[in-house]
Amino acid sequence: MSGAFARHHCDEFSRSTLLRRAVAEAGQGLPAIEPGMPAPAGTGLDRRRFLSRTLGAALTVYGASALGPRILDEGIARAAATGGAGRRVLVSVFAPGGWDALSLLYPIGDPRYRKLRSTLAFKPGDGPVFSSDRRLHWHPSLAPLARLHARGRLTVFPAIGYSHPDQSHFTSRHFWEVGALDPQSGTGWLGRLLDVVGDNENAMQGLSLDGALLPSLATARVPVATLSSPADYGFDSHNVWDVPGELLEEAIGSLGAASADPDPVLALAGKTIEQSHALHRQLGRFVGKDGQVHINPKAKYPETDFGRRLSGLAALLDANFPIRAAALTGPGSYDTHADQQGPLQDGATQIAEGLAAFQADLERRGVAGRVLTLVWSEFGRRAQQNESNGTDHGAAGVAFLMGTKVRQHMVGEFPGLTKGLDGDGNLKATVDFRSVYASLAEQWFDVDAARVLPDARSMPRPRLVA
Amino acid sequence: MPLPVYSGPFGPPQAERLLWRAGFGPRPGEERALAARGLEGAVGRLLTTGPDNLVGKPPQIDGHRLFPLDKFGHDHLWWLDRMVRTSRPLTERMTLVWHDWFATSNETVGSQRLMIRQNNMFRRAGLGSFPGLVTRVTENPAMLLYLNGLESEKGAPNENYGREMMELFTLGHGSGSTERDVREQARALTGFTATYRNGYGWIKFRFDRNRHDDAMKVIFGKAGPFNWKQAVQLAIEHPAHRTFFTRKLWSYFIPEPADDETQAALEELYVQSGYSTRQVLAAILKHPLLYDGPRMVKPPAVYLAGMLRTLGDRISTEDWIWLSIQAGQLLFYPPNVSGWNDDRWLDTSTFHARWQMAERVLRKHSYQPDHTKRGTVPMDPDKLVDRAVSFWGVRLSDATRRSLLAYARKAMATTTADDDRQKKFPPMILNALRHLVAASPEMQTA
Repeated sequence: MSGAFARHHCDEFSRSTLLRRAVAEAGQGLPAIEPGMPAPAGTGLDRRRFLSRTLGAALTVYGASALGPRILDEGIARAAATGGAGRRVLVSVFAPGGWDALSLLYPIGDPRYRKLRSTLAFKPGDGPVFSSDRRLHWHPSLAPLARLHARGRLTVFPAIGYSHPDQSHFTSRHFWEVGALDPQSGTGWLGRLLDVVGDNENAMQGLSLDGALLPSLATARVPVATLSSPADYGFDSHNVWDVPGELLEEAIGSLGAASADPDPVLALAGKTIEQSHALHRQLGRFVGKDGQVHINPKAKYPETDFGRRLSGLAALLDANFPIRAAALTGPGSYDTHADQQGPLQDGATQIAEGLAAFQADLERRGVAGRVLTLVWSEFGRRAQQNESNGTDHGAAGVAFLMGTKVRQHMVGEFPGLTKGLDGDGNLKATVDFRSVYASLAEQWFDVDAARVLPDARSMPRPRLVA
Repeated sequence: MPLPVYSGPFGPPQAERLLWRAGFGPRPGEERALAARGLEGAVGRLLTTGPDNLVGKPPQIDGHRLFPLDKFGHDHLWWLDRMVRTSRPLTERMTLVWHDWFATSNETVGSQRLMIRQNNMFRRAGLGSFPGLVTRVTENPAMLLYLNGLESEKGAPNENYGREMMELFTLGHGSGSTERDVREQARALTGFTATYRNGYGWIKFRFDRNRHDDAMKVIFGKAGPFNWKQAVQLAIEHPAHRTFFTRKLWSYFIPEPADDETQAALEELYVQSGYSTRQVLAAILKHPLLYDGPRMVKPPAVYLAGMLRTLGDRISTEDWIWLSIQAGQLLFYPPNVSGWNDDRWLDTSTFHARWQMAERVLRKHSYQPDHTKRGTVPMDPDKLVDRAVSFWGVRLSDATRRSLLAYARKAMATTTADDDRQKKFPPMILNALRHLVAASPEMQTA
């Protein structure tokens, strides 16, 4: 785990990521690493792994301690049959690390831009003009998003954030996840939404496409699940191939013969092996000889983990699995304190190509009308670049809402680099993320935002949905 | 009251089970040597303490030694190495018991140095008196950091340690301690402090009289100006403690609860011996249920260390870190203050991790099918299974053996009149059989 993070990240970011990973590994209570750091929403939820026969995949279910595996599976099937399928869906994509809004939509038309970004500034024409505000140009790698924007498929929030911004990755991300400026909150905003619109048995209503339960989805009442890739569950043996390798799978299953043993513990071990074998076989239906999962995408996705997750999600939606909210972590790591251009370009390229493919896939499958995708990061970065060709933690950032049903090209405006900076030299927010959540709750899910967001009353409701 | 003692035959199978429950399994031949001592002699041997003599090659990762105090995961490898090479398996196993009993996670402590210091304390004091151990735990730096002991001072007591000391370490939940007892215990436990040095962390852990609340307290109905040592003693003398202690210690070694008579006798032994862990442990290890009763699932660390111990392998890869995380037991990182859940070691996900562990262990022992000389490996399915079983020295049930044999026969049947397959398949099949034995229910449990 150490060494998994490049040097341009700050320690806190790596550590908070590790801490969250540990939530996934332990699935149990997790002490805060230092006083004042909020525990991620969902900490302490019980979790259980089971095989969904309807889905043919491994689900880890959170918050369903009272339900048996069969009930869970039947719950998913029932939700699909009774109209849980075909309903509107929100997909949340998190860009980790706090991405640099002033590079993703660079304000080439602002007189201070080149001064503040002496070595990082793009030139006019590097990227396409942002048609909603011609002072801004798209990062060259975001050209696919510019095209979606031109087609009316993308709403841009050029300066989104909240008042009194917190510059800790951990805390700011937590605020976005729980939909409130509340370090204590233990449920995610999507989780609370599912507590209202979801049901007690359909664990797929909230789907975390991640090794861990993403905290946005942490519920108080109804079950939610993480879906692991079928390809991750292999049983290979070193220096065994050909016929001996092909027969191995069956042999593993036959080790479960001990499940009939009079010794209860030996029998339990045998049973676990039988279950593992059954799981492996089920998942095998999706895995080709190349070890890849095959789900017949209708668009060309980038060959990345992000692309695979999104294409899997599109296939599940097309197959009418009863999903209401899904969350995943986007590619790239945006905590670019040093030598920012390369990592930012890589991340932006992957995220833009993945999102564009996802939208095209959904449209060709004919399900795009019921899917909106929100793309966000925990904050933007300092307007003044630092001495290391990087940028430090800032305040307002940029977010996107993608789908055929988006209503506007832009919500909130770019405040400019003169009056638009706060006392710390960070971009001021012109839209509060909680008002976006409130609008989505009401306009997309038809739920009174006050039931989901503690601050709903004080939040304006931009028109987001056509 | 007499304690039941196992009176059946004490041969290698019984000695093997004892070595798995009270250690990390036998080295080749170890179960025979232990069986020759008889039950009394064997338990006495295990309970003998003294300097440890680590047998075999020390760890080596890419040509380097371990950095247990600094490098992430090397603390885990350091302890695994001790489990693999120890000559005092029960001391080492009890260290694991105490790590679970007084669960402390480096996730909060943030210092491998302090965690290993605590670990060595468990190793040193683990078989002595239990009150002595709780006393050491109470002033242990890692525990002080884990359960907020440094933030507890006169006028502002922090209840965290006091509450867990009673609920999880000595009395059990709802066993006679009230919220008032918790508050008063917290006051008695005030006074510990330390110094934070930038770039180094916490140092100079000490008791500071000025931070201690020395006024009167009422704990369990007794009044006095109790200090932290008395706080521990009060919990030990609470009538619920003897039951809690004996049941909990028992549960680490025998999966079924003790019958009422055994339970009463253990409690009596515990009190009369002056709260001696060693005495109670000796009685548990000689109890008939350990030998006649059901098997237990090996914790992941025991499963892994056991395989390496059997094969005489050293720690030579950092892969054990992430595989142990997936299997559900990264040492020094228990999930919370109540330790690991010993009833939940095996599921489809952790079994998959154990399969991968076995794969990694076996890699260096595997035959190269393209470069194995004919005749090195038998062609007969029965003999192939025998070779795989004796490789691990494990005893298999008939059902499992039949499964292995069916695999070997089926695979060998495809080699008829195929010269290339006759050369390559036997080594492959033996590789696979060894892996299947390692994954078998018999190897997952003991």
